Amino acid sequence: MTDVATLKKPESMSAGTTDADRIAVRHRSLARPLLYAALVLCALLTLLPFLWVISGSLRSLDEIRSDPGAWLPHDVTLDNFTRLFATEGFGRFLVNSIVVAAIVVIGNIVAASAAGYALAKLDFAGKRIAFGTVMAALMVPFTAVFVPQFVITVDLGLADTLTGIALPAMALPLSVFIMRQYALSIPDELLEAARIDGAGEFRIFFRIFLPLAGPAVATVTIMSFLFSWNNFIWPLIVAQSTSSYTLPVGLAATSQAAAHVTDYGLMLAGAIVVMLPVLVLFLFLQRHFVRGIAGTGMR
Amino acid sequence: MTSVVPASPRKDRRPRGARRTAVAWLFLAPFTLVFLLYTAVPTVAALGFSLTDLRGMDLRHPFAVDLVGFDNYLRLFRDDSFLRDLLNTGLFVAVGVPLTMGIGLALALALDSGIRRLRGVFRTVFFAPVVTNIVAVALIWQYAFHANGTVNEVFGAVGFAGPNWLDDPDLAMPVVILLGIWRNFGYAMVLFLAGLQAVPRDVYEAAAIDGAGRWRQLRHITLPLLVPTTLVVTVLLTVFYLQVFDEPYLLTNGGPLGSTESVALYTYRQFGAGEFGVSSAASFVTLLLIGLVSVVQFRLLRPRT
Repeated sequence: MTDVATLKKPESMSAGTTDADRIAVRHRSLARPLLYAALVLCALLTLLPFLWVISGSLRSLDEIRSDPGAWLPHDVTLDNFTRLFATEGFGRFLVNSIVVAAIVVIGNIVAASAAGYALAKLDFAGKRIAFGTVMAALMVPFTAVFVPQFVITVDLGLADTLTGIALPAMALPLSVFIMRQYALSIPDELLEAARIDGAGEFRIFFRIFLPLAGPAVATVTIMSFLFSWNNFIWPLIVAQSTSSYTLPVGLAATSQAAAHVTDYGLMLAGAIVVMLPVLVLFLFLQRHFVRGIAGTGMR
Repeated sequence: MTSVVPASPRKDRRPRGARRTAVAWLFLAPFTLVFLLYTAVPTVAALGFSLTDLRGMDLRHPFAVDLVGFDNYLRLFRDDSFLRDLLNTGLFVAVGVPLTMGIGLALALALDSGIRRLRGVFRTVFFAPVVTNIVAVALIWQYAFHANGTVNEVFGAVGFAGPNWLDDPDLAMPVVILLGIWRNFGYAMVLFLAGLQAVPRDVYEAAAIDGAGRWRQLRHITLPLLVPTTLVVTVLLTVFYLQVFDEPYLLTNGGPLGSTESVALYTYRQFGAGEFGVSSAASFVTLLLIGLVSVVQFRLLRPRT
């Protein structure tokens, strides 16, 4: 009963679907269209911010100033984007983000496939501890450890460097978990046969396991790219000079520096450039995204 | 290791056990190194830091800092702004968790109730905010909730003068929470969808044969079977909202008048001010709260599993 009460809480979104569900008992024919109508409404509400950013980024500076809240551009212009790429530092932020993401993705593929293979397919002393470690690492909240993480980064001489930004994310426990789950599904007989033929573990790993682990590698690639590209607070802490800002940090800094004369056209164009790679990737690979995130209960 | 009885093929390899272990740990080495460096050591260090008067400028001479015991914690609970931030964070949890979950559950039920066409499209749309960059989104929301922004354009069209959302201490928090909900309900939905897939279909068929309508099926089969998923989602969202940083930092920077400042933001500010000891103490308060939530979750889950 209480669950049902939650269903009917504010947000026009949820109310519609519950009603539709209830009506479904008696009026099947009417229920389906109502359900669709409610879902379409929810979808539009969800998409509003995306529509705002597209419409806003295509408006000229004058237009935004004279009528900031208008829904549609009068004259569509790409002026904001040309100005964005002409802005000092922006290209740098973009390159930094790409470099950091590349390091993070490669690190995760290497570290997680090796660790996942060992955890799923090898017998060794300390295996339970190792797996427990991965699970524990999944749960440690970032806010609890970032101060020492920063101190360590400084001690390693990596403050204000792209390596310093990328390093902690190079072996995400989530990636290890995904790899281990996948490795469990690979039949032992396959590896056992190679062992009997005298192949060493490294050979088996590279020749048999990795070629079979394609889907898991894909999931790890997507998840770690997503994590790195969207990460905000850690790069904000580590990057001290604009030359090591990633895209999100650069964008946030630019917008806060210009709080009073906020050039929304420029900001919205920047927002699109930050969002676009993820959204495009997501559209094509949403099954992997959703499975990877839902399967582990983590983001 | 000294076993000599080759009872099974597995035991046959016993003599090579040490080598196997070494090889396995070699495979685990990259992950373990990063884990030790960036999770294990920092967790212990954070507790240590919270008991010292470590400041940013002491970083070069870490052994010169004094142990101050629980002074930092006492300081926190005498600091009005920390107490306010604790309350704000509580508000975020109290409002954000049920709404995020309610919307997520409703959408999951809707998508699971015999809808076939456009199912994938809806799922994709509702999940899109989860993967979207928060900095970009916050900029869009600032633009939309600006005094002359798109939201007030709507109010204007209906004849109201819209308020200045993000500059009003009473209105800023609802907008920040709304952003949190918008960003997370798709995540809750996906977890609920996964939970719904685990509900065996034949139970519904049996119920239908017994004459139970869809409403009764929902009440007596679906919702009870979703209880474990609901608990997991509750804990995940609570843990997430307890650490909320991005939304208030980017949308309002904690303002106006600290009305949207969270504990994580407080932690970050103390850190920024070079007060590493106080900052670590604040972060440990978060860790304790999260630990408490997890313990409660395990208590609730145990009788069922």
